[in-house]
Amino acid sequence: MIEVENLEKCFGSNYILKGISTVIEKGEKVVIIGPSGSGKSTFLRCLNRLEQPTAGRIIFEGRDLTSMKERELYAVREKMGMVFQHFHLFPHLTIRKNITIAPVKLGLMNQEQADQKADELLKKVGLSDKAEQYPRQLSGGQKQRIAIARSLAMNPDVILFDEPTSALDPEMVGEVLNLMKELAEEGMTMVVVTHEMGFAREVASRVMFMDGGVIVEENEPGEFFRNPKNPRLREFLSKVL
Amino acid sequence: MQFLDSFVQKLHDTFIEGDRWHYLTDGLKTTLIVTFFAALLGIVLGFLTAIVRSTHDKTGKLTILDLIAKLYLTVIRGTPVVVQLLIIYFVIFASVNIPKTVVAIMAFGLNSGAYVAEIVRSGIMSIDGGQFEAGASLGMNYPKTMLYIILPQALRNILPALANEFIVLLKETSVAGYIALTDLTRGGDIIRSATYEAFLPLIAVAVIYLVMVVALSRLVGLLERRLARSDRG
Repeated sequence: MIEVENLEKCFGSNYILKGISTVIEKGEKVVIIGPSGSGKSTFLRCLNRLEQPTAGRIIFEGRDLTSMKERELYAVREKMGMVFQHFHLFPHLTIRKNITIAPVKLGLMNQEQADQKADELLKKVGLSDKAEQYPRQLSGGQKQRIAIARSLAMNPDVILFDEPTSALDPEMVGEVLNLMKELAEEGMTMVVVTHEMGFAREVASRVMFMDGGVIVEENEPGEFFRNPKNPRLREFLSKVL
Repeated sequence: MQFLDSFVQKLHDTFIEGDRWHYLTDGLKTTLIVTFFAALLGIVLGFLTAIVRSTHDKTGKLTILDLIAKLYLTVIRGTPVVVQLLIIYFVIFASVNIPKTVVAIMAFGLNSGAYVAEIVRSGIMSIDGGQFEAGASLGMNYPKTMLYIILPQALRNILPALANEFIVLLKETSVAGYIALTDLTRGGDIIRSATYEAFLPLIAVAVIYLVMVVALSRLVGLLERRLARSDRG
């Protein structure tokens, strides 16, 4: 579904990504871990071109994202959901409007259809009673669940998660991870940057370790955690586990 | 008693004699018309300029429009409004016959637009970049994100500052007399030159401005409190 070829990204003379190549298949749950500054968030943000790659190619559903005109890019982004560390809900809109504004303004649904979809999604994330409230009235965990519902409203083919639980109070991490687990079980293709090793072990179909702007090691989670080969990964795991 | 009698006589001479109070009411009407339409023009120009400037800052596009916007801001904010008014009336429209009210609306609107633009731009820049990214990640392009996500939030943040700008504008229109437009200030001045009595007409003019400004400021204060309250949810 997503093919990445020799992806490079630098800010000025500072190389963040130094040539990343990988293929993400439909239905895969790829979890990316690594120390801070390893480039994992930048990699994720290149996948939907929130960051413009310096070199390399990203092929999404057979189309080259990197050389695409902006107009086409927005159409592609409709199919690539993203969930942010700091939620980025729209504070001036009710929860319902947060979920419906994109499908309605993009002409994919009329307000009635979108409202119906929002009701389904709110039920799914367990927040049906919050439809008419505003984001500031919600806890962090609830905000992130709404953010996930908002991206689901676009019927995406893949969702990118950028440290979705890093800004949450510890007692709220579980509710968000459980929802993500549910999505994974339903077959959603997911690329997740996280520090939650338990989630990686349990949900990932493949775990990827990034350090210094390259993928150092990737494997299915059992082997990845039981038998890490790269010394840097071993050192990293010994610190976080 | 003699003092009171002469004061009443002066009041009569200044305002009642020859229906001179008409100079004030007609002038006030002109002042309000000029302020209102100049504010409208200022809002339109200001928002357009701000959107051009911040789009250029965020995306690097619209280079030529951005240059024009910068030139506009520099010239308007770098010269006195009276000079702008005189140039528009005596230079630009020298050979065209259009009503002075319209000239004044253009001059003050053009002037106000530059200040509105910087207020709006600061409002747009104050919105977290994550809001743009959230819009983009949902497939909304820059204009849609701007219109539905950024501007409503920015507008709310800058509403008090905008209202203050229009209070300033109301007072600034008092220089309209430079092109012989009979606004409130000029109306008072006409009475002064007719009666050779400066105190009463000028104080009356000042009081009318003061009442309007205080009333508008109260409204702005009310608005600010209302916004602050809904922010706390």
